[in-house]
Amino acid sequence: MQTNSIIFEEHEVLHELKHYLPAQAPLKDFIHHNTLHAFQKFKFSKAIYTASTMLGYRVSMSLAEYRGCYESGRIKTSVLEKILTQQKGVDQIKVWKQKMLHEVYHKPSPRIGSLRANWKREYQIDLDSLVHPLLFRILCSFLDQGIAMWNFPVWHNSFLASIREMERVSFSSFFRQGRAKKLLLGGQTNVSYLLNILIGDESLYKQYLFDQQFSHQGWSGMVSAVEDQPQTLLDARKISLHDLIVFELLLEIDALDDHFGEGWLPLCKRIKEKPVDLFAKYEPTELDEVTNLWQEAYEWSYYDEVLKGLQTTNQGEPVIKVKSFQAMFCIDDRACSLRRYLEKHDPACETFGTPGFFGVEFFFQLDHGKFYTKLCPAPITPKYLIKEIGVRRKHEKDVHFTKHSHSLFSGWLISQTLGFWSAFKLLLTIFKPSVSPAMASSFKHMEKTSKLTIENKHLHHRENDLQIGFTIEEMAVRVESLLKSIGLVKDFAPIVYVIGHGSSSVNNPHYAAYDCGACSGRAGSVNSRVICHMANQRKVRELLCDKGLEIPDTTQFVGGLHDTTRDEIMFFDEELLSIGNRERHWVNESIFTQALDANSKERSRRFESINTELSTEEIHAKIRIRSVSLFEPRPELNHATNSLCIVGRRSLTQHLFLDRRAFLNSFDYQVDPDGNYLFNILEAAASVCGGINLEYFFSRVDNQKLGAGTKLPHNVMGLFGVANGIDGDLRPGLPSQMIEVHDPVRLLLVVEHFPEVVLKTIQKSLETYEWFINEWVHLIVIHPITRELFHFKEGRVSNYKTLTESIQKVADLETLLESQTENISVHLIS
Amino acid sequence: MVTIYSRYYLHRETGYKRFFNTILFFYLGYNITILSGNLETLFIGWELLGISSFLLIAFYRDRYLPVKNAVKVFSIYRIGDVGLILAMWMSHHLFQENITFLKLSNYELVHSHLQSHSWIGIFISLMILISAAAKSAQLPFSTWLPRAMEGPTPSSAIFYGSLSVHMGVFILLRTFPFWEHQLSVRILIGLLGLTTSLVATGIARVQSSVKSQIAYSSIAQIGIIFIEVAAGLEYLALFHFAGNAFLRTYQLLVSPSVVSYQIREQFYNFIPRQQTKEDSWPKKLEYSLYILCLKEWNLDSFMYKYLWNPVKWAGKKLGYLTTPKVLTFFIPAYILGTLLFYFEDLVTPSIHELLPIVFSIIGLMMVLKSFTERIHARLSWILVILNHFWVALSISFNEHFEFTHTLLYLSGISVFGLFGYLILRRLKTLEGSIDLDQFRGYSYKHPKLALAFLIACLGVSGFPITPTFVGEDLIFTHIHEDQILLAFLTSLSFIIDGLAIIRIYARVFLGPHVKSVYEMAYRSS
Repeated sequence: MQTNSIIFEEHEVLHELKHYLPAQAPLKDFIHHNTLHAFQKFKFSKAIYTASTMLGYRVSMSLAEYRGCYESGRIKTSVLEKILTQQKGVDQIKVWKQKMLHEVYHKPSPRIGSLRANWKREYQIDLDSLVHPLLFRILCSFLDQGIAMWNFPVWHNSFLASIREMERVSFSSFFRQGRAKKLLLGGQTNVSYLLNILIGDESLYKQYLFDQQFSHQGWSGMVSAVEDQPQTLLDARKISLHDLIVFELLLEIDALDDHFGEGWLPLCKRIKEKPVDLFAKYEPTELDEVTNLWQEAYEWSYYDEVLKGLQTTNQGEPVIKVKSFQAMFCIDDRACSLRRYLEKHDPACETFGTPGFFGVEFFFQLDHGKFYTKLCPAPITPKYLIKEIGVRRKHEKDVHFTKHSHSLFSGWLISQTLGFWSAFKLLLTIFKPSVSPAMASSFKHMEKTSKLTIENKHLHHRENDLQIGFTIEEMAVRVESLLKSIGLVKDFAPIVYVIGHGSSSVNNPHYAAYDCGACSGRAGSVNSRVICHMANQRKVRELLCDKGLEIPDTTQFVGGLHDTTRDEIMFFDEELLSIGNRERHWVNESIFTQALDANSKERSRRFESINTELSTEEIHAKIRIRSVSLFEPRPELNHATNSLCIVGRRSLTQHLFLDRRAFLNSFDYQVDPDGNYLFNILEAAASVCGGINLEYFFSRVDNQKLGAGTKLPHNVMGLFGVANGIDGDLRPGLPSQMIEVHDPVRLLLVVEHFPEVVLKTIQKSLETYEWFINEWVHLIVIHPITRELFHFKEGRVSNYKTLTESIQKVADLETLLESQTENISVHLIS
Repeated sequence: MVTIYSRYYLHRETGYKRFFNTILFFYLGYNITILSGNLETLFIGWELLGISSFLLIAFYRDRYLPVKNAVKVFSIYRIGDVGLILAMWMSHHLFQENITFLKLSNYELVHSHLQSHSWIGIFISLMILISAAAKSAQLPFSTWLPRAMEGPTPSSAIFYGSLSVHMGVFILLRTFPFWEHQLSVRILIGLLGLTTSLVATGIARVQSSVKSQIAYSSIAQIGIIFIEVAAGLEYLALFHFAGNAFLRTYQLLVSPSVVSYQIREQFYNFIPRQQTKEDSWPKKLEYSLYILCLKEWNLDSFMYKYLWNPVKWAGKKLGYLTTPKVLTFFIPAYILGTLLFYFEDLVTPSIHELLPIVFSIIGLMMVLKSFTERIHARLSWILVILNHFWVALSISFNEHFEFTHTLLYLSGISVFGLFGYLILRRLKTLEGSIDLDQFRGYSYKHPKLALAFLIACLGVSGFPITPTFVGEDLIFTHIHEDQILLAFLTSLSFIIDGLAIIRIYARVFLGPHVKSVYEMAYRSS
């Protein structure tokens, strides 16, 4: 990072600016990521406080919150003292504890915005309120994906060229005065040139642009995201941050012209003192240190009991060799409790967790759909296309969304006819919510009865440079790596379920955030069907057999989709089951039903509006209604409270109650002694689970600036974003309804393998290593034989001793669940 | 229905209780308005609606935009209020009583009164039209409606989808018998409705955010309802009224669903747009019109330029007033005025006639200064209160009436004025600075003081919780029908007075809390 650069390098500055802006794509492609990704090259503690000083974010809970946790015992004294001893020395404990508990601190103002504040201070002009509303409206109209009836008339060019074209032809103008229009039409739209008019001092340009763009980081971030991935808008637009900046500078010049006439002096002539350099080196304050100590104590107070739980084993339980069925789920934290209930209701079954795209990456095209959808983690660009065929789909319409109601005459008719129907519907939605076409439903992602083009007929069967379907060899590779990565290589049950997940909600613009992150924010139904089809192929099994992975002929794979909001499961291609398996499937189905009921009960304890003490069936019915209620801002709580990722055999966690806080990735060190599969797992776990975790973390600690605030006043802008009211900035991040129960702790990644193998594995890729070495994710290695714990820090592993003596046992989980709505500590299920 | 809806929707939201109290307050006002038998009672309800709208728009009081927009909407409502006050004043003189709506439908009665004072009839109708247009977001006031969509979606749905925005239509229907036979007024209403519906449709067509689209198309429909009312199609208007209200409410409530719905539609039915490049006349017109619509026909800046800037300009001219100056000059002057009142006989008739005007101008100066005061909250507050005293003095001079009327009028103001002053002083000692140059957001730290001050504000602004309200009405009855200037000055000072009060409240207590930069949202969000 260059500091105090006197020469203004436009290209470089824009590049850097893009790096810092929020990177959230339009709503339909909502994918969780680290909100402060720009700072990831620093150590976590340094990074967050740098971000806070520079950009004014809150990056931790308040001291009062930490102190409250200490008082209530959630931060444990023993853990706090251990951390103080490690970081400050034994003799300093008292001093620091005093500071942590009683000292009053004041935080200096953030640096961002200090240069631009001079317009108000020295010129008494509120540029933001003169420029923002118009700028936002023009941007939104240009990018609009289908709300307006009258679209931006010129759109095939880049943003700036379109504006120029309109200004050239039209009688009216976006500008109030002549100069800015002349500049635009005359092509004098060089950023430096315009900044020279406005600022006049080259050394301030960079900081000014940061101030300017961060005064509306939502819009700037959206423009930057669309510039980088234009395909994310179905109705594509050419726009760039450069265009936005030029246009905004023109509007600012115009507003100043309008207010003062053309004779005003540039900013540098009027400012009394130069503001603090935005990029000046960050010096940690004592407040930062104290907060940091609190945060660590807060995290390890929880981790410590988890680790103790992992070390404790439930001995004496016989291992059932003959499995009734096996089921694979997504590593998603929401699958954690469902798996526990399946195992409870059928002790002979076995469950696994793996990223929910099940190792098959492709684009998917719905029948009659005009676009492709990517169904794999966001960083991968697939080379395959799978098409849905043979569907007769009827699209239900809802007249309330018709645009005719907004025009004059049809509006006149509609309001007098449909208007009364609306009153009736409103009554209906209040007293008897039901499924409506406005809903985003996971089961509709793909028709159950449709056919998929999974097999590649010949290598030339391509479309738009994508190969249609997979060849037998490609299938075998994928099935093999999936099974080996989760350690399922022997003792196959007659039926292996592969269950993806999705969600259903209504009145929820953030619907994509509730679906499977490993499928780019879509439901995982297609992936589960595809992998099952592959694994059921005779030829694939033959190839696998050659590689030593023998799947009995009687074993069949069945795909399915778990709707995490409604707690329902839909199975696919059941008619392909053999007669024996079909009967087994019926039995299993009832076990799934019981488990889903119980699961919905466990979820309900977090919902204040459902009484957890009701019977499981009653609660389940209420949960289903919730998913179709227009007025329910919390259809489900998604990944809230996530905090752990455990990579290892199920035996590590099977006996533990982890309160749906863990991503569980199955892995058997014996199948993968060199850590080859482990590398892929960790790569995905760090970026996917770490990204989810950090997005929740930052949206929770600063819901106003890093999150989206409460969703209740949100207004949908152009189908790609939400804002408050009509003149507001876009709000990236998560709304408060999604994060309010979340505890801001970083992800604790626990890997069951030998420390030296793990150490070697994480260093294979620098990008993955960065997550661990910079402490954005904590890493603990658990020795598969001795169960010793090793903590990875500063590039080394060292032995970790838990402070928790023992963890509580619980016999009757149901009573425990009914007893509280807060996070429940780790329990041993006996 | 919407309230039941919001019970779940707002569940766990901070300010849950505040929301429902405001909603109940709103219903109270609404019912009074609907069920009122005469203009006076209707006015009480009308005021309640105004203030509860303000509170609901500024529901998220820690953010900048909701508060700014709430003040904006309130100021437009205030214009409507004054239209109503003036209409009430005139109709008093016309009928010599508080006329009920029932009597208004008595054709002979109305007709006989109007016969002799036809210009008064037109004046009253115009005032009613102004207040109806302000409330129903007709031209030139339209821009407030989309900006009012800052509260939680259900409250936007109630207010701006249905109940509140149709109030203008309601009052037109209610007073229909009165202006039924004034052809010019009917044509005017029709034309206003027509232009509004055309302009608003244009604006609605270019809106790319859901709520503003619904808002503008609703305005356009209300424009049509105005035409229907003007044409005398009462039942059609009523039918249309109800249908439109239901439709927009529902559309607003389901507005968040639009993303999943439209994206899916687009997935199946997308056809890329074709574009031709040419410089034809229609193109030129199209672009020009598009830009105009996108800029909302400059209505917002128009309001600023012609309404608020002159007020601000006038206030700035009074910049030399400071608290000591106010106290040292105006209090003696006031005492002088009061003395004059007692020794009236000494004053020559010609001066006597001028005095009310002079006093009300001084009063107006007070509020103007108060409204534009950038720094001192307490000065601004004192000026607001002094204004009432000047008004009282001026009216006392105008016509002799019982002293109790003035007392009635001033009693509420003095008590609440003192109360408000004490609160401001307390806050000043607690926080140091309560200057008015920016939103300070102290409700974040002192919610109780904020509530107390709000009550003081309501008291001082002549809200129907104090005797002042009755007094205010009485005061107006003492202005003669030929004293347009006095009526104008007094009503102007009432408008600005209300605005100044709300401004003090908003600046001191609402907006992002200045001392917790890290916990507040961005200004632009």
